[in-house]
Amino acid sequence: MSKTLLNVRDLETKFFTQDGVVHAVNGISYHVDEGETVAIVGESGSGKSVGVMSLIRLIASPPGKIVNGSVVFDGQELMDLAEEDLRHIRGNRIAMIFQDPMTSLNPVLTIGRQITESLELHMSMNRNQSRERAIELLDLVGIPAAASRLDDYPHQFSGGMRQRVMIAMGLSCNPQLLIADEPTTALDVTIQAQIIDLVDRLRKELGMAIIWITHDLGVVAGMAERVIVMYAGFIIEAATVNDLYAQPHHPYTLGLLRSIPRLDEAHKERLVPIDGLPPDLLDEPSHCPFAPRCEFVIEKCWQENPPLETVADDHLSACWRDISEIRLELDAGLAGGAA
Amino acid sequence: MTSTTADQPLSAAASSALSSRSPKTFLTVTLERIRTDAMTVGPLLFIVLIGLLALLANPLGNLLVGVDPNRTNLDAALQPPLLPSMARRLVGLDHGVADSLLEVSGGVTHWLGTDSLGRDQLVRLLHGARISMLIAFCAAGIAFALGTTLGMLAGFLGGKVDDFILWLINTFSSLPTLFVLILLTSIYKPNAILLTLFLGFFGWIGAARFTRGQVLQIKTLDYATAARALGASRLRIMWYHILPNTIPLIIVLIMVEIGTLVLAESVLSFLGFGVQAPQATWGSMLAKSGDFYFLHDPTTGNRVAWHLIFPPGILIFLTVLALYLLGDGLRDAIDPQLRVDRQG
Repeated sequence: MSKTLLNVRDLETKFFTQDGVVHAVNGISYHVDEGETVAIVGESGSGKSVGVMSLIRLIASPPGKIVNGSVVFDGQELMDLAEEDLRHIRGNRIAMIFQDPMTSLNPVLTIGRQITESLELHMSMNRNQSRERAIELLDLVGIPAAASRLDDYPHQFSGGMRQRVMIAMGLSCNPQLLIADEPTTALDVTIQAQIIDLVDRLRKELGMAIIWITHDLGVVAGMAERVIVMYAGFIIEAATVNDLYAQPHHPYTLGLLRSIPRLDEAHKERLVPIDGLPPDLLDEPSHCPFAPRCEFVIEKCWQENPPLETVADDHLSACWRDISEIRLELDAGLAGGAA
Repeated sequence: MTSTTADQPLSAAASSALSSRSPKTFLTVTLERIRTDAMTVGPLLFIVLIGLLALLANPLGNLLVGVDPNRTNLDAALQPPLLPSMARRLVGLDHGVADSLLEVSGGVTHWLGTDSLGRDQLVRLLHGARISMLIAFCAAGIAFALGTTLGMLAGFLGGKVDDFILWLINTFSSLPTLFVLILLTSIYKPNAILLTLFLGFFGWIGAARFTRGQVLQIKTLDYATAARALGASRLRIMWYHILPNTIPLIIVLIMVEIGTLVLAESVLSFLGFGVQAPQATWGSMLAKSGDFYFLHDPTTGNRVAWHLIFPPGILIFLTVLALYLLGDGLRDAIDPQLRVDRQG
């Protein structure tokens, strides 16, 4: 087993707004090994982004505040680090690429200046060295005629090309951990596939670990080794990717998988959406956050929030119900529906 | 220039061809847009002309007239402009007037006449332009350096800093600026430098408020967060990432502010609280000429001082108008939405 690179314990982030306290991330714990790809899955507002932004303290404060938790990166506690020291980790050892390549690049600076920035900040390269390296990086991410495009502005690039530029910026200092915050969401499907292939290839070449945030389970299956499912600021299930798809333990994960089409399905069934809306994060979570939408809810779900427990090897789930009961109920329900 | 596509293979020849392709920068795009707009180009040329005249006040004055702006000659006081009578002499209409004017002035060509102390009006207008424009531009410089810095700090740092700067802005904007300026300038008889400082110190509020608003908006954008994720320091994000994005609109504001400051300087000088005599500014020239406006020549019955009041008045009017129009045109060129309205 390889070495643990990142270890997150009980991370808790809240936003103190005029309407009340938003419980964005409620004590999540996970770890990322060196060179491993971990996917964090969840719908909008489930705390995926806030969770990873909290790792390197990028939460806008105020109103956001990391109330609790420990983030140990390569043996170093990031939560106790001074802002100044943390700056040397951001972009250098932990890099981040963002969701929308259209807005994540500064419109008034050339691509070259934006890529060379972190090189000058962290590697103390001079202008010529950093330009050389920037050309190398743009080549690496597959931008043609890299040398000539260095002096272009972001608006002269297409969306997919901009995301490549973002990736080049992320990779510039050879980070140990790359956080990809829905990097393919704003792109069309063919470009998505290219970007995923690109990141996967670069990971193998450069040997970095990746946290890949997405709400697309299809993307996850292709590249991640482990998957963390988040709901309403909680981790509700975590497993290796094959396990999660074959043996989902949480009703929410089950619901997610039933709501996407499968190629291996024998007969064409209707896709089953999950009813209802995600919970209001302003409410203090006291019961299972998924209970209002859960088909398999029992009395206990309303009384106490289930803890994340080991249900199988390398498989954690937070549910009071036993998965075998749920499967039985599900089969019976389906049979009833067909009759 | 050849149009090159991005996926062309990169050979040595191609790379040199590519590097000669200049990307469209903000400046070139803006220039392209205002080039066709007469209401912007006209004022721009006018401001450049005034600027050149002001810069070349000394050589031009020496070339055309050849006297010092503060040289008095009471014999030639309140001379009418030489220009029309010289023109008439050239076409052979009149010989006496031009010659007698030149005789009185001792051969000095007062093309635009003289004031009550016999000082040359044209030379004083040129030097006045220098002082007026210098004060307005420098005061605007101070106001915007102060305003953008404070606005940036308030918007970016937020919290207590923001509260304090907002309090400062509100306090300053509740002061009746003109009265405070009159009070200050009556206590400290100002020279050009002191007046510039006063005007600059009271002019920063607009810039601060505007910059704060812009920064509040920009700092929440993804690229500001992305810059933090790259490990850039706060100072670097403010200076390198956010400021360049506010510059276009700040340029527009500066134009309008300079116009306002030209006016403010004139008003103060007109009221006698501006730059002190004998130094010429447009405002003080205008103020002086008011005393003689109703004076009539006993023999001809003509007003003797009309040439003192109109040139500085018209110059102030045109300069301020040109600056406002320029600001307006630039705003239209910079803001695409406004541009569409104007073309439609």
